Amino acid sequence: MNDSEKHNMEEVRLMKGNEAVAHAAIRCGCDGYFGYPITPQSEIMETLMELEPWNTTGMVVLQAESETASINMVYGAAGCGKKAMTSSSSPGISLMQEGISYLAGAELPCVIVNVMRGGPGLGTIQPSQADYYQTVKGGGHGDYKMITLAPASVQEMADHTVLAFDLAFKYRVTAMVLADGVIGQMMEKVVLPPFKPRWTENEIRQISPWATLGKPTTREPNVINSLRLEASDMEELNLRLQGRYREIEKNEVLFEEFSVKDAEYVIVAFGTTARVCQKAVEMARAEGIKAGLLRPITLYPFPTVKISNLANKVKGMLTVEMSAGQMVDDVRLAVNGRIPVEFYGRMGGIVPSPDEVLHALKTKIIHR
Amino acid sequence: MTTNDIINPANLVYAKTKVMNDVPMHYCPGCSHGVVHKIIAEIIEEMDMQEKTIGIAPVGCAVFAYKYLDIDWQQAAHGRAPALATAVKRLLPDRLVFTYQGDGDLAAIGTAETIHAANRGENIAIIFINNGIYGMTGGQMAPTTLLGMKSSTSPNGRTVQLNGNPLDITKLLAQLDGTCYVTRQSVHTIAAVRKAKKAIQKAFENSMDNKGTSVVEIVSTCNAGWKMTPEAANDWMVENMFPAYPLGDLKDL
Repeated sequence: MNDSEKHNMEEVRLMKGNEAVAHAAIRCGCDGYFGYPITPQSEIMETLMELEPWNTTGMVVLQAESETASINMVYGAAGCGKKAMTSSSSPGISLMQEGISYLAGAELPCVIVNVMRGGPGLGTIQPSQADYYQTVKGGGHGDYKMITLAPASVQEMADHTVLAFDLAFKYRVTAMVLADGVIGQMMEKVVLPPFKPRWTENEIRQISPWATLGKPTTREPNVINSLRLEASDMEELNLRLQGRYREIEKNEVLFEEFSVKDAEYVIVAFGTTARVCQKAVEMARAEGIKAGLLRPITLYPFPTVKISNLANKVKGMLTVEMSAGQMVDDVRLAVNGRIPVEFYGRMGGIVPSPDEVLHALKTKIIHR
Repeated sequence: MTTNDIINPANLVYAKTKVMNDVPMHYCPGCSHGVVHKIIAEIIEEMDMQEKTIGIAPVGCAVFAYKYLDIDWQQAAHGRAPALATAVKRLLPDRLVFTYQGDGDLAAIGTAETIHAANRGENIAIIFINNGIYGMTGGQMAPTTLLGMKSSTSPNGRTVQLNGNPLDITKLLAQLDGTCYVTRQSVHTIAAVRKAKKAIQKAFENSMDNKGTSVVEIVSTCNAGWKMTPEAANDWMVENMFPAYPLGDLKDL
């Protein structure tokens, strides 16, 4: 096999989730990564610096002076129609909220990876899922949404990085890969995607005619901007964004089911917690309890219709999260009071065990 | 000389640059922004860079710069223009990339982005309008407001005790290894305008020659914010601003 054939192939490797993000970014033709170190995701930038993609694909990698600078570098790059990304963990993502809102207002596509740790405040470097509200309800100002992908494996860290770019450019929105410290740090087998060349400037002009690449005499200036002083103009922008969000909600919902078909009780969980809950479902089945697991892969758009339909068939739902209970709100909205929906979670960096989950299912739902 | 002689293209001595759009400006009469905009537009035309320039607009009075110059623009969050410019220039190294920022944008909320872009030696030009006041929001105290100078948030005049010292950020930027050209100019006389134009042209050339970061501070008036006539504002600037912010090159490598 020659080098170019190798280049076009998938590759099986053993690596951390964070490393998989870096490899996938280079392979999917990312143009620029801008980041600031923070545990537990620093391996993303470290891997990129090690791989030196500027010598191969021409991808720019830059360590910024802060997360504020990183997200604004992403804005600048995305404004040029480039595939731009950053990554951070919870406190750093909080610092980026201003930029995320501006990106939404300026209708710029980009990818952000958040490897969540426990909060509030400086918190802990241990894993958490407590940034659910911030991510899907909007941590920055104004009415906006981010497509949110929740990987549950190292493989999905790679796959979601690629998918996030595709969705971001399809809808001109930010796509966030919302992982937790476990997924970022653990090592698993991963099939890395084949290399895709970066877009040429001519391709960018076709794909993103709004990009600021310099103004040819044949067109009006392109202006990347979220400012609309006239209220009617601002409402028009908002209506356009909301229309786009309705399209996303209609087209892009992703979830995975495990033993749901004949289930009487369904656990809803994402990311690391979903893996714990899958084990709990297996243990429940061994005891003769008809339990199943629904794992939302997109947290926004949320699998509302799927959960609503399930509520007509099952007796109760348990939502399990590494938080005080955030996604459970969206499950309850989908169920709308038809069946009991209860919550079990651990906070501060504690990962719940399958035993705890099974116990919670029994006490909170089955024998309530 | 007849009217026909006067309008004969061969006798043309001045024309408005085509990089400047034919729209009414929102700037107050007497404000320095309009002059600086015109200089930049002229240089872009003279360097034949209209198709290869990306401007980064600030938050502040110049937030609408994109309405006046016929080039591609990105409008930044308050203070973040140098971060945007960093990414744009690194991804499009053969383009002319400049930021246009006021004192609040560059020297208060955007201090970190400004210093670090300059310290990395990003190949960008930073045009810095220093009028010692927040013009857009109604004349509040800026980092560059002089001691004793009145503003809506220092109504009895700025004091060290209450407000701290004015920040000479240009002097600070000149000390960084990443800057190649740091100069302070003004546009209050014809001679000053000509010098300022030469300075901005040099900054743009440095950007294209990858020499590092160039900073051109324009000590400016905000006659509306200062509550003076345009003429009195110019005199006040000469008497009060120039001693604190002396004109001339601070660094030219």
